Amino acid sequence: MSFQDSFFAERFGITEHDLESYLSEALSAGGDYADLYFEYLATNSIGIDEGIVKSATGGVTLGVGVRVLAGERTGYAYSDDLSSDKIRKAARTAACIARGPATIVKTGFEVARQHDLYPMLQTPNEVDLAERVELIKRADRAARAYDSRIFQVQASYADNVRHVMVATSEGRLSFDRQPMARLNVVAFAREGDGSPQHGHAGGGGRVTLDFFINEKTPEHFAKEAARQAIVQLSAKDAPSGEMTVVLGPGWPGILLHEAVGHGLEADFNRKGTSAFSGRIGQQVASPLCTVIDDGTIGSRRGSLNVDDEGMPTQKNVLIENGVLRGYLQDKLSSKLMRAASTGSGRRESYQHIPMPRMTNTYMLAGDADPEEIIRSVPKGLYCATFAGGQVDITSGNFVFSATESYLIEGGRITAPVRGASLVGNGPEALKHVSMVGHDLKLDEGIGTCGKEGQSVPVGVGIPTVKIDRMTVGGTAA
Amino acid sequence: MNAASLSVNLEQIAAGAVEQARAAGATGAECTITQGDEFSVSVRMREIESLKEAGSRAAGIRVLVGQRTGSSYTSDLSPDGIAKMVHAAMDLAKVTTEDPHAGLPEPERLGKLAQDLQLFDENVEKLEAAKRIAMAEEAERAALDFDPRISNSEGAGFSSYSGRRVFANSLGFVGGYRLSSCGLSVSPVAKEGDSMERDYWYSAARAFAKLDSPETVGRKAAERALRRLNPRKPFTQKAPVIFEPRTAQALLGDLFDAVNGSAIYKHASFLTGKLGEKIAADCITIVDDATIPGLFGSTPFDDEGVVSQRTVVVENGVLKNYLLNSYTARKLGMKSTGNASRGITGNAGVGPGNFFLEAGSKSAADILKSIPNGLYVTELIGGGGDTVTGDFSSGAAGLWIENGELAYPVSEITIAGNLKQMLMEIEEVGSDLEFRTSIAAPTLLIREMTISGQ
Repeated sequence: MSFQDSFFAERFGITEHDLESYLSEALSAGGDYADLYFEYLATNSIGIDEGIVKSATGGVTLGVGVRVLAGERTGYAYSDDLSSDKIRKAARTAACIARGPATIVKTGFEVARQHDLYPMLQTPNEVDLAERVELIKRADRAARAYDSRIFQVQASYADNVRHVMVATSEGRLSFDRQPMARLNVVAFAREGDGSPQHGHAGGGGRVTLDFFINEKTPEHFAKEAARQAIVQLSAKDAPSGEMTVVLGPGWPGILLHEAVGHGLEADFNRKGTSAFSGRIGQQVASPLCTVIDDGTIGSRRGSLNVDDEGMPTQKNVLIENGVLRGYLQDKLSSKLMRAASTGSGRRESYQHIPMPRMTNTYMLAGDADPEEIIRSVPKGLYCATFAGGQVDITSGNFVFSATESYLIEGGRITAPVRGASLVGNGPEALKHVSMVGHDLKLDEGIGTCGKEGQSVPVGVGIPTVKIDRMTVGGTAA
Repeated sequence: MNAASLSVNLEQIAAGAVEQARAAGATGAECTITQGDEFSVSVRMREIESLKEAGSRAAGIRVLVGQRTGSSYTSDLSPDGIAKMVHAAMDLAKVTTEDPHAGLPEPERLGKLAQDLQLFDENVEKLEAAKRIAMAEEAERAALDFDPRISNSEGAGFSSYSGRRVFANSLGFVGGYRLSSCGLSVSPVAKEGDSMERDYWYSAARAFAKLDSPETVGRKAAERALRRLNPRKPFTQKAPVIFEPRTAQALLGDLFDAVNGSAIYKHASFLTGKLGEKIAADCITIVDDATIPGLFGSTPFDDEGVVSQRTVVVENGVLKNYLLNSYTARKLGMKSTGNASRGITGNAGVGPGNFFLEAGSKSAADILKSIPNGLYVTELIGGGGDTVTGDFSSGAAGLWIENGELAYPVSEITIAGNLKQMLMEIEEVGSDLEFRTSIAAPTLLIREMTISGQ
């Protein structure tokens, strides 16, 4: 695509000359680097509750963020008005971080190389609203039909399209059109006068509505949510203490996101505040573990053609056969650490300063048979689904919360147990991985990662994995 | 444009949007507009790390067409932007289903508290950039200079916001108020041998003069990080647990979710159907009060124009009231408690005013003295309480209590129980209630929880 045909040139009449002059303004007090991040975000969401479509919301936000880097310092300002006056004012504000003579901006832009990971057949806004409504009505019906004990269902569908353009003082220009869609179902089950239980399922990615008609249907997610709620009706108290834990394939890959992913983000390591700081080349996991962060997988929730600093995303090896290989870099950290970009600079919106973030984080498949893994455990816990997790980067301690798990007794999966948190230490936990299944699965597309108040969509994946020792936070002995 | 005329202008835009919706066929409409300026600076290892400054505006509308609703929002407050927003909301209302309970609040419930709630302090806006930067620098310096083991830092930050929120609906309500806030935080890293631990402390207030000094915030953050060094992992056991105010606040957050009218009418709370029943120990009284001057949860009216009030939620252990907006009130056949909450658009949810557990008479030190063996929780990480079932399981870090004293730090543990039982087993409530956010609790002692370690 040429600049003239790009969304912001066409819709708002922005010229290359404008971009150069804004960048010059941003570097008018000196500084090493400046960039502009233009964003136009159109969203739609609808929700059904008690069988009634109670909400439908749509809207548009747009704006531009101006950033100036001067050594380790960042100056940032933004405007929700794309008029020349307002962008210049933001550029002058961001420029306040630097103190010195103006830095000359390179003239002329080169349009950056980038992937094409999510070709869009139609933009979500062109799709009739009634089609979206039908999706959640189908989900509502399917969850209720699953079992007579399902007494309440909530479903929602949200999609958006984000147009972005990044222009840098180094003459790099990139633009992208990023779709995102997600269907979510919560089902509530009750048996007689017993206490209610609930199950959640959802998914999507950088896809449009057709994905939910042709690939993962509302019925798929609805049945899964209902199934989980029904399972919980017969769940016993979760066990407590250290034990062998087997993680099922897919979403339990959140273990990797919390245990290692965050600790390998370059900002913490540049500052020496991560439990993984200075450990490149060291054994931080069992030799069975190879962990990848890959922003280039087609249509995945965590994928991007270019990151939010205009760099192409890539497939980054974090841990190879248990040895720590690399960090996730953004522009600032890669400059200061003199490291190559990994395409990991991300931000929530034009109102936010970019930082190193994960994309899709997963562990490569091993060669164990998943059934064999279960059979090898005399007593332990099998975790099939999680709600979320959190990590303390500095100590490396992390927590993730299982919502569907089962006891393993005598090499067999037996009784379901209630939700429980699992806790471990990042640089230690994966050393206890003793078997890795051949069944790598990526999650369904539901992850959102929070860091320093900024949320970005991410993906995870893992094969069936056996961890010999992990602390489980239930209430039963 | 001066501040007063800007308010009037935004109120006119909001009322105009409501009028446009009526003209387009809406039977009811409500419009929210926010406008604000944010500033933040972060300092790390005594150098400025980042400076951010910007202003933004946004408008949202919700329309009712009979019993159907639609919502939209925009960051473009020009006449064209507002017209597009109204049009989009009207279109969306066509696809929703008739909901017999959809509507606006009863007209007689609309109103504004007359008293000055002290939500805006012009000193926050007027503060010079150099002073804001200096506050962050001083706070981090206080932490770094406190002890040689504080050898690194995730930085210190000063942030401030000043803005306004305006609301109008088709019942003739138009109102607005100004808001300010400022905050100072420090995250020092303590190191000794192979042990590296981080903690943080912060102060936040609506008025600049209410902020703790940089020295106080920095020293407290350093003390907290230092006392975590060289943690042990205790054995799995059942033991008494003391929550300090910062972690007790999280428990109270779980309780707020359980008395939220949305969860109640959906039968998605373990407190559904428990009004008038004993749900907590005698020493527990919990109040939601949006009328206390100067606090983060105070507002003259809620996000659908209902006048703010004080609601006793739990009194001496008995559940007295749920917290409701007009929708959940209609669903339950009750009256709104003025707890409507929303960003700028969509159907209102339920949010806290100042939701707090009333202070007891014992100091935290006295409560500690009574425990021969137990856990003092200073941080909860991941997990938490399940609103539907009451099941509670969370990662934790803290200090082990031996013979009434804090003996050594512990980490990489979980604590678990069920909120229903935990509420009944609160044995002591501390006197140290402090309003740092809109949800607040003093030190709490729970008789017994399961602590998982090694």
